[in-house]
Amino acid sequence: MSEANPPPLTRRHLLSLIGTAAGSSAMYMATSSLGLAATSDYAGPIKLEGDAKGTSILILGAGLAGLVAALELRKAGYKVTVLEYNDKIGGRNWSLRGGDRYTELGGFTQECRFDKDLYLNPGPWRLPYHHNAILDYCSRLGVALEPFVQVNHNAYVHVSKGFGGKPQRYREMVSDFAGHTSELLAKVTGQNQLDEAVSKEDQEKLLAALKGWGALDKDYKYQAGTEASERRGWDKDPGGGLSAVPVPSTPVGLSDLLNTNIWQFVATGIQNNYEMQTPLFQPVGGMDMISRAFGREVGDLVRLNSKVTAIHQTESGVTITYQDTKTPGQPLQAKADWCLCTIPLSVLSQIDISVGTAMKAAIDAVPYASATKIGLQFKRRFWEQDDRIYGGMSYTDLPIQQIGYPQHGIFGKGKGVLLGAYVWGPYSFEFAALPPEERVRKAVEYGAQIHPQYPAEFENGVAVAWHRRPSNLGCFGVWTDEARTQHYQDLCQIDGRILLAGEHASYIPAWQEGAILSSLDAITRLHQRVLAGATSHSQRATP
Amino acid sequence: MTAPSNRTKPLALAAVLAVLLGGPASAGHMDTLGSPPPEPVPGTFGDPTHFTEAGGEAIYVSVCTGCHMPGGRGAIGAGAYPALAKNPKLEAAGYPIAIVLHGQKAMPPLGDYFSDQQVADVVNYLRSHFGNDYKDPVSAEDVKASR
Repeated sequence: MSEANPPPLTRRHLLSLIGTAAGSSAMYMATSSLGLAATSDYAGPIKLEGDAKGTSILILGAGLAGLVAALELRKAGYKVTVLEYNDKIGGRNWSLRGGDRYTELGGFTQECRFDKDLYLNPGPWRLPYHHNAILDYCSRLGVALEPFVQVNHNAYVHVSKGFGGKPQRYREMVSDFAGHTSELLAKVTGQNQLDEAVSKEDQEKLLAALKGWGALDKDYKYQAGTEASERRGWDKDPGGGLSAVPVPSTPVGLSDLLNTNIWQFVATGIQNNYEMQTPLFQPVGGMDMISRAFGREVGDLVRLNSKVTAIHQTESGVTITYQDTKTPGQPLQAKADWCLCTIPLSVLSQIDISVGTAMKAAIDAVPYASATKIGLQFKRRFWEQDDRIYGGMSYTDLPIQQIGYPQHGIFGKGKGVLLGAYVWGPYSFEFAALPPEERVRKAVEYGAQIHPQYPAEFENGVAVAWHRRPSNLGCFGVWTDEARTQHYQDLCQIDGRILLAGEHASYIPAWQEGAILSSLDAITRLHQRVLAGATSHSQRATP
Repeated sequence: MTAPSNRTKPLALAAVLAVLLGGPASAGHMDTLGSPPPEPVPGTFGDPTHFTEAGGEAIYVSVCTGCHMPGGRGAIGAGAYPALAKNPKLEAAGYPIAIVLHGQKAMPPLGDYFSDQQVADVVNYLRSHFGNDYKDPVSAEDVKASR
């Protein structure tokens, strides 16, 4: 009996069986659930082992890339100094609250007059569940997170020239699109037009799947009735007692979804892409709770109000020339063994930097996206009280493009600040060209087409157009496939004593995760170089 | 197709320019919805995928001022947006055409957002305003050749 017994099934053996039987994707899913393969590039807290022997480093920029590097390199024994242009740390990790003043390029100054506890995150505002690095830093630094509602089925989708200009519930449109397309596919399946693609036996299964997927009735039709209403909602919801009988709703036609272009808000990646898949999170109290937490750890290393004007290197070290923006005068200089530069390429491309032609070409090759965010304070949370929209966002083809409902303070009796515009592309350039108060005015004007309560309830607002933020000159680095092929490797190399980090040096542009992963990758390579160099240095020192 | 810069409506734009050029800094009191809105630049917010302003002045005011500022005075922060006023780099028209189309450093490429005529119009506007006085206007064909 013992001879007939197979050896105990090891985890590795089990995995190889799964892999053989089901292909590599099943293998990957199995390894993930068993905790062997990571779901992202992040491999847990960085371990910089070996003695850095007090090697000095200048970090340029106190955004998340710079702050992560400062934290980890000091821990590893480096002598760290950070130079930051702004008068606060955080970079694009930023929140605007009542009492804040923000002066953009051109000298336009806004005073944020939001009530206590209300805020706008002008930059990043959400953390996908698989952005493991930033989630881990939040955990390690004690930053409390709360759910961020990305998909709200009761929020609106809106086309100005369709449905009489009346906003439609996302729930209804997404159900109707799935229903109609499922009905079409069921029809051709039933007519045996899929013979080559789907076997006879599988056709039955496909029909059953389409019925469930699209909420089709027993005749494989998507039409007014119980099945569709249980997906898209009812004209009169089911109730209790004598008034309980629900009234089914009637789907809109497929042609209405298509010819109004409202399909673009339900049938694209806008809510479905990997980065938008639920759950997502946000820091309690504002996105800058993350940079504030870093500030408690490494704020003592940061010199604020420092405008870098030159980055020079020799074989033995770097010299950074900078101006104190509060007390202009003689340029100042700082020296170190190494420089980690996280300055956005829109700015860095204009700074005198002594790197090779390949890295310089890469620095010059990445344009920055235009984006605008506008926060609006209203006297009451009418989107919750009147429209039953709790968090999430509405989409529109108006120039404001999105309305984001505040995730904090839901059900509050007081005021609320919503994101009244989140704009990209040509519309964002046009918003940027308006004075801030005009941007706010336009956001109120357009938003009133979706929420007629706007004019009566509006109190004040702030508008951030990223091309006018003095420290950034744009929102994030836009890579084309061609530019990646030509320049990305050169951008990320160590050039003598200089290396770069930031979202622009990642494959997750615009996201804070990209900035952190870029920084961890850079300092890991730097540390290896330092340890190797330290060895050769001590060898040289020996006669 | 689109009107050249000298046929734009200067009166319609005057109110906007008065607002935009009113001063280098405007304090942020943005709950004054009661005051009359300025005349919008025609074509602004016309399409999410491309600019629909016609004529150099309209394009400059509605698009370019976001960075290069009213009056072409430019702006300086951690980096800078160059002043276009009295800018000798505008002498060779091919240079601004190429920069608008293809971008350079902090200047994003805008070729996909503009027609050839729009680029010609705004380049001609820049080269004949803000203290620039170049007498050789460019055409849509010149722009097309630079794409």
